[in-house]
Amino acid sequence: MTTITEPIPLPELTTDDLSRYSRHLILPEVGMEGQQKLKAAQVLCVGTGGLGSPLAFYLAAAGIGTLGLVDFDVVDASNLQRQIIHSTKDIGRKKLDSAEEKLKALNPALNVVKYDTMLTSANALEILKDYDIVADGTDNFPTRYLVNDACVLLGKPNVYGSIFRFEGQASVFATEQGPCYRCLYPEPPPPGLVPSCAEGGVLGILPGLVGVIQATETIKLILGNGEPLIGRLLLVDALNMRFRELKLRKNPDCPVCGTHPTVTQLIDYDQFCGIAHETPRQAAMKNGIPQLTVKELKRRLDAGEEVFILDVREPYEYQIANIGGKLIPQNDVPQRLAEIDRDREIVVHCLSGGRSQRIAEYLKQAGYARVANLAGGIRAWSEEIDPSVKKY
Amino acid sequence: MIINIPTPLRTYTDGQNAVKVDAASVASALQALTASYPDLRKHLFSGDGKVRAFVNLYLNDEDVRYLPARESSPVSSEDTLSIIPSIAGGSPGLAVQAISSWARSPADFGLEPRT
Repeated sequence: MTTITEPIPLPELTTDDLSRYSRHLILPEVGMEGQQKLKAAQVLCVGTGGLGSPLAFYLAAAGIGTLGLVDFDVVDASNLQRQIIHSTKDIGRKKLDSAEEKLKALNPALNVVKYDTMLTSANALEILKDYDIVADGTDNFPTRYLVNDACVLLGKPNVYGSIFRFEGQASVFATEQGPCYRCLYPEPPPPGLVPSCAEGGVLGILPGLVGVIQATETIKLILGNGEPLIGRLLLVDALNMRFRELKLRKNPDCPVCGTHPTVTQLIDYDQFCGIAHETPRQAAMKNGIPQLTVKELKRRLDAGEEVFILDVREPYEYQIANIGGKLIPQNDVPQRLAEIDRDREIVVHCLSGGRSQRIAEYLKQAGYARVANLAGGIRAWSEEIDPSVKKY
Repeated sequence: MIINIPTPLRTYTDGQNAVKVDAASVASALQALTASYPDLRKHLFSGDGKVRAFVNLYLNDEDVRYLPARESSPVSSEDTLSIIPSIAGGSPGLAVQAISSWARSPADFGLEPRT
């Protein structure tokens, strides 16, 4: 005996809808039914940053009915180079509020659901379960694996996009037949070996390119039309403007979507990605280099200690903000050791602590007896000690 | 054959985005590559000589892991090998992550200590 399930009726299009979406309606691949499917659709955007901005914008414009947004961040001036949903006047404002305002201005009929939280193993399934499709615009490995696993467990397609400098990747993961992110990358790279934000850098327009590809894939999945990026990894090289595609296969031994999965519930993704919940003692040393907090440095400077502050950023960065350290850009350090006083304790800093850690290790190797790294760099100084030091 | 070098690893190939090598198999192509650019070795291989789990190799558009002969697969001068590392960047200015800057010694980032 077969069970006949009644299809859920699609929402009617209003007169306003008909004029707004007229260019869609005359496309045979969309038409009335396609536009009704878009209106019925519920899409979750994880992140309203570089990828999330164009993604959410175009989905709102296209007539998606409900858009969920997950973000806990506030708008910073350094975001505006690429996060086009936010404006200069929004600096300091919650990204969710800023994004909602722009999306509703574009399309007042859009239903925006805001999740002012970090996506975690504790809340991901609850948040994702109400959506048809999840678009992943996050910026770190733990959340990438979390979104992937939650999508596999719930059976939701995961429209993936990722960027670095001039390169991007896009695909559609976690469909029934297709591979998931773990089929492609079973393990994340070890932490601490990766450059942070400012040090990695990204061409502002690149998340635009990749985010729009994600929006396109999302819409195609809703329409059930065209050939989605399932089982294909699209590579975007903006510098040479080359688009390539690689075949992805579903790994039968995949721990989450394989035939005998070992991951059947969400795990601790920080731990999986090797990000230990550091104890203060561990945090105080890294590769043999003491990690000085900005508070400790301030205390010691106030106490009149003559530490040698070495700033290893680039001259343009120094011009934006500095704390009076001696500026020697990281690559010039080996040629300019004579300028670094061997008899004093050296505190090396950069923007957030990555470059300075490497230079501190280098100086130690070069025979400097007392070298410390300023944990969190000038950014932490600006946040915890002196807000007048400009953040960038 | 041509080996495509991804952005995060170009630091170790003098900024080149592609390197030409003469090789008969995927493994020997990687050997030739790391012989020319020794700093790449630890980024591509773990201590026991295996390709790292977060680095994917593609011969043309096929994942080397799924080729019958895997890294022993024969290659010709017309073939292209691509190194595809995982990247995680996307959202706010929190962290753009990729395999890169694993510098542990000055030579790792092209610095030579003055003696």
